[in-house]
Amino acid sequence: MLIALLVMAGLALALGAVLGYSSIKFKVDGDPLVDKIDAILPQTQCGQCGFPGCKPYAQAIASGEADINQCPPGGEPGVKALADLLGVEPKPLNAEHGTPKPKSVAVIDENTCIGCTLCIQACPVDAILGAAKHMHTVIASECTGCELCVAPCPVDCISMQPIGEHVDNWKWRYPVFEIKQAA
Amino acid sequence: MLSKIFKFNGGVHPPENKLESTGRPIQKLGIPDQLVLPLRQHIGNLPKLRVQAGDHVLKGQLLAEAEGTISAAVHAPTSGTIVSIEEQLIPHPSGLPDVSITLKTDGQDQWLPHQAIDWQQLAPADLAKSLRESGIVGLGGAAFPTQVKLRPASGPGLKYLIVNGAECEPYITCDDLLMRERADEIVKGIEIAQHLLKAENCIVGIEDNKPEAERAMREACAKSSLKITVAVVPTLYPSGDARRLTALVTGIEVPSGKRSTDVGVQVFNVATLLSVYRYLTFGETTTSRIVTVTGNVRNPGNYEVLLGTPVEFLLEAAGGALSDTNGLIMGGPMMGFQLPAAKVPVIKATNCIIASAPRLFPEPPPAMPCIRCARCADACPVSLQPQELYWFSRAKNLEKARDYQLFDCIECGCCSYVCPSDIPLVQYYRFAKSEIIAQDKAKEAANLARERNEFRLSRIEREKQERAAKHAQKAAGAKADAAPADDAKKAAIQAAMARAQAQKTEVTPQNTENLSPKVQAEIAEADARRAEAEGASAVDAANQEQQEG
Repeated sequence: MLIALLVMAGLALALGAVLGYSSIKFKVDGDPLVDKIDAILPQTQCGQCGFPGCKPYAQAIASGEADINQCPPGGEPGVKALADLLGVEPKPLNAEHGTPKPKSVAVIDENTCIGCTLCIQACPVDAILGAAKHMHTVIASECTGCELCVAPCPVDCISMQPIGEHVDNWKWRYPVFEIKQAA
Repeated sequence: MLSKIFKFNGGVHPPENKLESTGRPIQKLGIPDQLVLPLRQHIGNLPKLRVQAGDHVLKGQLLAEAEGTISAAVHAPTSGTIVSIEEQLIPHPSGLPDVSITLKTDGQDQWLPHQAIDWQQLAPADLAKSLRESGIVGLGGAAFPTQVKLRPASGPGLKYLIVNGAECEPYITCDDLLMRERADEIVKGIEIAQHLLKAENCIVGIEDNKPEAERAMREACAKSSLKITVAVVPTLYPSGDARRLTALVTGIEVPSGKRSTDVGVQVFNVATLLSVYRYLTFGETTTSRIVTVTGNVRNPGNYEVLLGTPVEFLLEAAGGALSDTNGLIMGGPMMGFQLPAAKVPVIKATNCIIASAPRLFPEPPPAMPCIRCARCADACPVSLQPQELYWFSRAKNLEKARDYQLFDCIECGCCSYVCPSDIPLVQYYRFAKSEIIAQDKAKEAANLARERNEFRLSRIEREKQERAAKHAQKAAGAKADAAPADDAKKAAIQAAMARAQAQKTEVTPQNTENLSPKVQAEIAEADARRAEAEGASAVDAANQEQQEG
């Protein structure tokens, strides 16, 4: 009887120690769901969803404060991926937050730029280079096309230009065959 | 000597159509008025421009230099003047324009002074640098920069150096003719590659439909001090694929996701090694290549063509395309693609131009549903499951397609060739591949954007804290420093006043000493009067003040 009790108590202590150790050692920081949602979002940081960036939107989705159809740059495929992740039904994009547009980059008209730095402060990914009273320019490869720099410009010298098709980003088409009417 | 020949899975044997273009020796094509040299002639990074419009260049002069690890230089194929550097149509399946250099030729064909490179004595690093400037790429059609593959071995070296003379695609005969006519030079190229890579075995793989090339290569190899084996492989498409040829002549299967060097094998095309020989022995950079012109043309044959020559110029030399020609194919009929126009230039990857006609390539019948016969799986030389890949690609189930090793597909077209339902399978795989590549790129860009955004937020937070800390420090410091600062100021003022006083007393006018006693008496009298007057006025002023007060 005593031996059985001691064995059980010993086991309980040993397993408890293992559990306690692993809860400290393998502690998960933050909510892994937020990171998973954030990984699906396109990271344009445009704020069209109503939150100041992709991470806050991901947090809002995870806590149930926001719906999954508020991200126009992610488009329908993004909504579908979020629905798959969260186990809910996909729904069409909410037009209140905007509609998907072709991917574009901001271009500064360097003749008009007065060097006010307002766009530099607005850029969420530090993709605009310049200094006060000096011309600014957009680093095209870093630009996410969020359009946040367009509104603050006092001289309207920033325009969004769609990225065209080049040999670099050209893709093979899905095979489509013309249906011919039989004679 | 005979070497053992192994087998690979599948493969097909389409009609060869090679005899048309092997009747005549290689002919040297003239210099056209204008050459168009796209910067994108190889796999990898675009080279960096080194010339401007208006420059006069000599044959072999560097126009653009290799940029990054995988890249190749571009040289002037003949002497002339650079007219423009702008976007022009290039031979690419997209049919889109890309940056190209237009060279107006002067007909002189004047070489830039060049000299042999002492490759036997040169340090490996210098040799690698020199090869980087050569502009040589794989001339079998893939156009992978050769300098990357020819890095001198520092370790134990390769087990097998395989020389690819298989040329398995129908219609193409440029390597065949090259081996027949310039076998000695190719063998010298093999010797150089063997020296650089310290290869234990050298094997030349040739398909058995090229007996003349085989004979020429055997004779040339016999003259060499190296032991080079000529392996004759059965004619079966795609035996000319580097990994298939490796399997055929060595029995080694390169594992999925690994490089051939990981298993001690490196493969070079015969024409590539000839270019290496010409570069290291004479200092000649890549300025021309052999192109097969065949199909629906009057005089099919092989031509030595300056890079940048318009395809239409080449067609004219071959007697012109026949009237029922409905398109031009670059490469072979299995893996080639339609050229967007006849004016596009010949580039380093152009091994063959086929004028197509309905008679030669009838339009495929409409695709029928897949009946799961698995003939494609039997034909697949990479042992994939083309039928599964087809379903996943068609349904745009890209992750699944990737799981089924879509990226091991070499797009050889055997599956489409044998498909009884005439499904254009390779088109589906190409679509799926480029979709996956685009998605991966987008993912990478998103990760970069996330990183930059997080960095920005943390920077703003840090700046805010730093500013707050600075303000706090300033506010605290202002109070504590106030009293001592005032004292110091006062002390400074006092000191300054004392100094001024001292100066005043020290410096008195001393201009009365040298005067005569009479004059001095007069001055003293005047001083006395002035003092009297001053005293009176002081009294007046005091009285006035009193009255006002």
